[in-house]
Amino acid sequence: MNTPDEISQTVLRLLSEIAPEADVTVLNPDVSFRDQLDIDSMDFLNFVIMIHKTFGVEIPETDYPKYGTLNGCVEQLSGKRASGSPSPAN
Amino acid sequence: MTEFVMPTLGSDMTQGTLVEWKKKAGDRVTKGEIIAEVDTEKSAIEIESFYTGVIHQLITKPGETVPVGTVMAIIQEEGKPVGPGEAGTEATPVKESSPSPVREPVVSPPPKPGRLRISPAAKQLAAELRVDPSALKGTGPGGAIALEDVRAAAETPTKEPPTVSADRQARMRETIAAAMARSKREIPHYYLSATIDMGRAMTWLKEENLKRPVTDRLLYGVLLIKAVALALRQVPELNALWKESAAVQSPDIHVGVAVSLRQGGLVAPAIHHTDKQTLGELMMRFQDVVKRARAGTLRSSEFSDPTITVTSLGEQGVETVFGVIYPPQVALVGFGKVVERPWVVEGQVVSRPVVTASLSADHRVTDGHRGGVFLSTVDRLLQEPGEL
Repeated sequence: MNTPDEISQTVLRLLSEIAPEADVTVLNPDVSFRDQLDIDSMDFLNFVIMIHKTFGVEIPETDYPKYGTLNGCVEQLSGKRASGSPSPAN
Repeated sequence: MTEFVMPTLGSDMTQGTLVEWKKKAGDRVTKGEIIAEVDTEKSAIEIESFYTGVIHQLITKPGETVPVGTVMAIIQEEGKPVGPGEAGTEATPVKESSPSPVREPVVSPPPKPGRLRISPAAKQLAAELRVDPSALKGTGPGGAIALEDVRAAAETPTKEPPTVSADRQARMRETIAAAMARSKREIPHYYLSATIDMGRAMTWLKEENLKRPVTDRLLYGVLLIKAVALALRQVPELNALWKESAAVQSPDIHVGVAVSLRQGGLVAPAIHHTDKQTLGELMMRFQDVVKRARAGTLRSSEFSDPTITVTSLGEQGVETVFGVIYPPQVALVGFGKVVERPWVVEGQVVSRPVVTASLSADHRVTDGHRGGVFLSTVDRLLQEPGEL
C-alpha cells in the first residue's frame, strides 16, 4: 500500500512525462490538470494509460473525470492498487 | 548508381541540415528504411531511403546544410547494373565527394570532383572496418589513403553529431509564415461549414470504449479523421496536390493531422492510407504520430505525403475553424468543439452534441457544390459510426 504522498509523487512524475515543459511541483492539487497544463485529450488518455499500467488499476471511461486533479488521483488510487501490479516507485 | 538527394518535405522546405547518417558506406539499405536524420526549419526528421541497395558513398557531412535536391549519397540500387567506369568494383577507384549535386550546398561547399586516391588494400580494409574512405585525409604518396589512415579512422571514436540549432522555434515561425503567405497569395480559398449532429457517433463511441481496455480506447477525433478519409473517396478532387499549373489527384488518401508542438508551432504529419485503417489501427497511428511529432522523430514520408490536412481546435474551445490550406494541398478540413445545442429531431427540439465541420478549398480545383457534397458526405458517414 502506498501512502498518499507516494501516490502524489508518482502521479506528478507521470504528468511530467506527459508535459515535460511544465513545472508540475506548483500544481494546485484541487484544480483540473487541463486547466493548469497545456494538455489535450490525447495527453490525458496517455496519462490514464500510464496510471493504469503503473498502479495496475482498471479505469472505466466514466471515471476519467475523477482523475482530473492531483487530489482526485490520490483519492482514487489510495487503497486501490491491484495486488501484483507494478510498483509506482518504478 | 542512384543519387540520393535531400528530399523536399513540404513546399515550405528549402534546405536541410544533416544531423547524422544512420548508415555507413557499404551498408545495405532497403526502401523505407531510415538512412539519415536531418534537421529542418520545422523539426528533426528521420529520412527514409527511396531505394533498396548498397550505399556506395556518403557525400554530405554531418553539420552540412544543403538545399533540397542536393545529392547527399550514392546508392547502388539492387538489380541495377554498375555503370561502366563507376566505382563498386575492385578495379575501379571510388568517386570522390559530390559527383553532381543538383544545387550547391549553402554552408559547406563540397570538395572538388575527382578520383579518390586510395590503394586497393586500403579500400578493402575500409569496407571491412566500415570506414567511409571519402571522409579520410590520405597520408600516403601524393595524398593517397593508406592502410594506416583507414586503421586510424576505425580506431577514432565517432564524433558526437552536431547539436541542432537552438533557434528552431524562430525558424519554424518563419517557415509557417512563408507557407501561409504563399497559400493566401496563390490559392483562391473558399470556405464552407456544416453543423453535424454527433449524437450517434458519441453514443457509439461510449459503448465501443466500454468494450475496449484502456490501452485500446478511441478518441472521437479518429472518427472525424476516418470520416474525412472516406468522404474523399466520394469527392477525390479534394484529395490532390497542385503541381505547376494544375491539380493532380492522389491515388492514395494520406490525411495529414495537425499537431501543435509544446514549444510552439505545428506540424501535420501524414497517416498513410487513412481510409484503409480500422478505427483501432487509426487510433494507434494517431497516437504514434502525435508522440513522435512532439519528440521530433517524424519520418520524411510523413512530412512529404499528406494529400489533405485535418485540424481540430475544439479542445481550445473553438467552434469554427477557418483554415488556411497548406500548399501544394488543395483543401483543409477543420473541426471545432463538440457542444450541446438545441436540435430538431422528428419535429421535437432536443439537446444534441454537435460539431461544426469546415472546409477550406482551392477554388482553382473545386467549386462550392463539390465542397458541399464533401461536407454532407462527412455528415452522413458520422451518422453510421459503426461503418467507419
